[in-house]
Order: sequence, then structure tokens, then C-alpha cells
Amino acid sequence: MADSQYILEVNNLCQHFSSGRGKKQLTVKAVDDVTFGVRPAETFGLVGESGCGKTTTGRTIIRLYNPTGGEVLFNGRDIAGKMNPDLRKYLTDNIAMIFQDPIESLNPKMTIEEIIGEGLKVRGMKDQAEIRKMVVDMLRKVGLVEEHATRYPHEFSGGQRQRIGIARAIIVKPKMIIADEPVSALDVSVQAQVINLLNDLKEEMGLTILFIAHNLSVVKYFSDRIGVMYFGHLVEVANGEDLYKNPLHPYTKALLSAIPEPNPITERQRVRIDYVPARDHDYSNEQPSMVEVEPEHFVYCSPSELAKYREQIAANA
Amino acid sequence: MAAENMNREVVLSVKDLKVNFRAYGGLVQAVRGISFDLYRGETLAIVGESGSGKSVSIKAILGILANNAIIADGSIMYDGMDLTKVKEDTFHEIRGNRIGLIFQDPLSALNPIMKIGNQITESLRLNRKMKKEEAKKVALELMKSVGIPEPEKRFDQYPFQFSGGMRQRIVIAIALAGDPEILICDEPTTALDVTVQAKILELINQIKKERNLSVIFITHDLGVVANMADRVNVMYAGKVVETGTAEEIFFEPAHPYTWALLSSMPDLHTKDRLDAIPGTPPNMIYPPKGDAFAARNAYAMKIDYEMEPPMFKITDTHAAATWLLHPKAAANGIEMPAGLKARIERMKRSGALNG
Repeated sequence: MADSQYILEVNNLCQHFSSGRGKKQLTVKAVDDVTFGVRPAETFGLVGESGCGKTTTGRTIIRLYNPTGGEVLFNGRDIAGKMNPDLRKYLTDNIAMIFQDPIESLNPKMTIEEIIGEGLKVRGMKDQAEIRKMVVDMLRKVGLVEEHATRYPHEFSGGQRQRIGIARAIIVKPKMIIADEPVSALDVSVQAQVINLLNDLKEEMGLTILFIAHNLSVVKYFSDRIGVMYFGHLVEVANGEDLYKNPLHPYTKALLSAIPEPNPITERQRVRIDYVPARDHDYSNEQPSMVEVEPEHFVYCSPSELAKYREQIAANA
Repeated sequence: MAAENMNREVVLSVKDLKVNFRAYGGLVQAVRGISFDLYRGETLAIVGESGSGKSVSIKAILGILANNAIIADGSIMYDGMDLTKVKEDTFHEIRGNRIGLIFQDPLSALNPIMKIGNQITESLRLNRKMKKEEAKKVALELMKSVGIPEPEKRFDQYPFQFSGGMRQRIVIAIALAGDPEILICDEPTTALDVTVQAKILELINQIKKERNLSVIFITHDLGVVANMADRVNVMYAGKVVETGTAEEIFFEPAHPYTWALLSSMPDLHTKDRLDAIPGTPPNMIYPPKGDAFAARNAYAMKIDYEMEPPMFKITDTHAAATWLLHPKAAANGIEMPAGLKARIERMKRSGALNG
């Protein structure tokens, strides 16, 4: 995927964690051979179960972990290599992160102004009045008011805290945001407020968003394209409509068949599909890889599976 | 449905229950007068946001409220007893044996340093005075019935050796050990992945059928409600604002809060802007005068800020607490938002297509 249409290119990214030494050494392949690209101003959703490596992928891209293999290109520049002050500045200027837990991710001893303005300070801005002005601007942008600047995180509700997290991420005017389960800790009614806010900001600032979540209906609603992860592998990438109407990988089918919809009629007839890797794939003599089955629709499959999927598409068309 | 319900036996009856908590800031009115009946063999879902009082009301049923709680008023009738007045000793007989509970977080519901087998047999040996061997036999049977593979091997393992879904199955096995007739599920799948969630929901439905259990199912996920519920209670700010069968709540919702809840859910079929509910739930130390939802309600009328609406009956099974149903307001013809209406039509059609 060495294509310049992408703002973020992830090529064969690997993140292996190891523990123990010698004979006791244990390696967990949290992210294994993951390849995808994100276009400018698009929202790319990453879904999967807990432990599938979606969060690790996000954290490795923003270099909270050092990748074990593969490359990550942002605007053509490699950001997976050796860390130096110059690269760190480039990273923090361009990519920001919104975390899942709005309670844990804000320092309880800092005021909101300090939390949101910290990014500017780190970048060498010294003028307190200027920082203050920008913080207040950001607060307004995310639907809070000036008076909130002097308060502490515990004085806010979950939804408001997530707004603070968003303000902190966008104050440095990044090109891209990695949002790691930004709404899963919130109530439905508040969840909708935060999703709407992210959508507005995306339009207004032309943001590119990597949206990581386990709730497929939220991801489907919010994203242009979706990547499905399973056990460290990216198994299918397609635009939202295609993935929902025409899932190819058996895991995607299983995942789609498990989402409860607010509709008692369809729910009572729901047929759940199980995914058993050992039964659904035969990789004994063929190695699977990421293949573009139809335009814009990638599946992790072996050559014989590819033939089967192509037949399926032809039959549906 | 209506006639069916009348003939059915009421297992549990909650009348005008009020629960307050003493807190630093004053008295928190967590539950402000709720009433509902639970029929034998049905699943009653209670939906609401955090802080709406859904967990507090089931804790009152089980007598496990925190020390600073006060049951201010009302009754919970079960088997001729009023559970709000029953002594702790009697509760030992009821809790677990007759009313079982499944918690939200399977990890913290299990004792991390006690073998799974002992955790299941504990209640059998204490309550039913079973011998060790006999209890083990029953426990293995239970483990098999909740879908644990290789129960003999798993019997001697610790909770950390189980996955989230398997742990929840163990919690269900423990809840079933006392052979209860009522099963209360407090967000049993919120901490689980969708694929695992679907399996656990299937399991609960299956054991409910096998044992003819009455289930109270607490959740904030409307999709799960649609999957599980026969009847639904929608709670807001410590009150039941709408009650009805699953079809009535999803296809003919009448309360503006239910409208708002349904329209704020992302839909798999459209990308229309979500109708978020503005603001946050009220502070229950100072519950607002009139309708608690009025401040967030686009359809609020003057009377909503002055007087609390009573439950207006729509059908024998369906009722909602909103002034919109008052004959005088109904004349204005206020209907649910157009977006939601379109969505319900779409849902009905897709249901008919599949069926």
C-alpha cells in the first residue's frame, strides 16, 4: 500500500510483548502483521473484541510503545523508527489522542486550564494570557464555559470530562486524532452528545480520525471505512456499508450476527454465527495474507479462500 | 398479551417504593416511588441511565442496600412477606435460594483465592446442608448446564484461569445453585464482548425456559432489551416513566424520554445526525419540581415544571408518565420526532421481511 493518497500508512506493523527469560520466555503477539492506510479527513474505525490488539495498534502508532517490526508513515515520514527529539515534536504536533476512561486520563491535581494548556506549554509557549485565551476558546468549542477553566476534574460529569479530554487533544491543532473508545464509558444519552461533538470538530478542523471501539453500531455510524481485528490480525477492511452488507471473513460475519439491535422483532429471530478459526480456515498448506478482493475491500485470506470470496461477490452482484 | 398477563401469577410485587441515601450534601432521593409486578416465567427489563435508580431498586429487593440507605416508603411483596420489613435471618433463606443475583462484573463477583468448585458448592453445603461429595456432583451438573467444557478439570481451578465469558457462566452457575425462582441480572453482559454477550444472553434465555424462571434484567443497552425482554420499565430520575411490552416500548413509545433514548442510539442503517439529549440528569438531592425530565425535554409544557405527571394508561399493559397523554394536551397532537418515526417504520419493515 505504498500509496500517497494516505495520510497515515501502517505497513506490516508488529507489536510483540515478551516476558520471562530463556526457556520461560513468553511472547504475546498483540499486533501481528497489520497493514492499512487512512486517507486525509476520513474516519477509520478499528473494531474487535477486547484483547484483539486494536488499542495496542493505536498506542503503537502514537509511539506509546516502540514497535517490534514494520513501518508507520505519516505524510510520508517514517514515525516508527528510533525516537529522537525531532521525531517526538513531529509526532506530538501532528497526532493527538483521546483516551477511553475520562476519569483516569485527567490528572486530578491539575486544574482544567493546566490540563488543556499543558500541550501548549510543552511546545514552548510562555505567554500565560495567550494560553488562557486559547484554553477558553477550546472550552467553548467543546461546549463548556470559561468558568470551568479554574475547576478540577472531579467537579465534572463523565461526558464533560470526555469533552475536556477532547479539548486537550485538539488545542495543538493536530492533523490526526486517535480516539481510543472515547464513548464506551458514557451513558447512551451522553454518548450521542460526544459523537456529535466529534463529528462537528472533524468537519470544522478537517481532522483525520482513527476511531477505536468495540461497539460496532457506534463505529458503523461514525466511520467512513472500518477495519476488523481478531487476535492481533487485521482480518477485513472495507467501507462501512460494504462491510455491513457484504461481510466476507467468517469472523466479521460472527461479529455482525452478535450485535443486538433495538428491534424486538428481529432480535427474537436472531441467528448467531459462531467463529471457530480451526474449523473455518485451513491454513495447513497455504499462508493467508491481506488481499484486495474487490476495490476498497481487503480480506485476510489464503488463495483458495480468495477464490471462494470472489465467487460469493459475483453471486451477490 | 393483556389477557395473558391477568391470568398469570404475580411472583413479586413492588408498590410505591422510595429509597433515600444519607450523603454529605443531604438526602439523595435515589428511588422516588416505583411500582411494578413481576409475573412467573417472564423477563422484565429495567432500562435507564446511570443514576436512574435501577440498581438501587433491585438492591432493595435483595436487602443488600448500603448502610446509609433508608427505605422511606412502600412495600416489596414476595410470597406473603414484605421484603422491606423482613429480618436479616429470613433474608438468608431468600437470598440465593429463592432470588438469585448475577452481577455486572464477573471478576469482582468471584473470590480470587478460592477454587471455582468451592465457590459453587459453598451455598449448597451451607444452605442445603449437602455432603461434600453430593455437592460436588450437583456443582458439576450445574457447570455442564451453563456450558463449561471439562467441568471436572475446571472444578479445581481459580477464577484467573477463566476468560470473562466463562467467569460469567460460573457466576450464573452459583446463582442457580440455590435453585431460585427469581433471577435478577444486573447488567450481566456490560463488561463482555459482543460475541460473548450474545452467548451469555442465549444461556440466560435457555435456563429461564428450562426452569420457568422470572427474570429481572437491568441494562442500559436497548439492543439487549429488545433481545431479552417481554416487558420493559423505563426509569428516569428514580421513577418509572414508561412501562409496556417490548413491542409497545420499541414501536409505540409514548414518553419523550423513551423517544430521546431511542433516537440517541446510533443506527446501523443511517448516518443522520444523532438526536442527543441535552444536559445531564438532575441532582437527586434537590429533585426538580414537576416532571424531572422537563429541563431536557424539547416537548416540555408549562405544567411539566409545576406538577408531576401521573401514569396515563394507554393499553392494559402500556402506561407512561407524561402530560402529553392528558386529554387536553393530546388535542394538540404532539407526536414522536419524525426521525424516530421513520426509524420505527424501517424496523417494523425489516422485521416483517425477515419473518
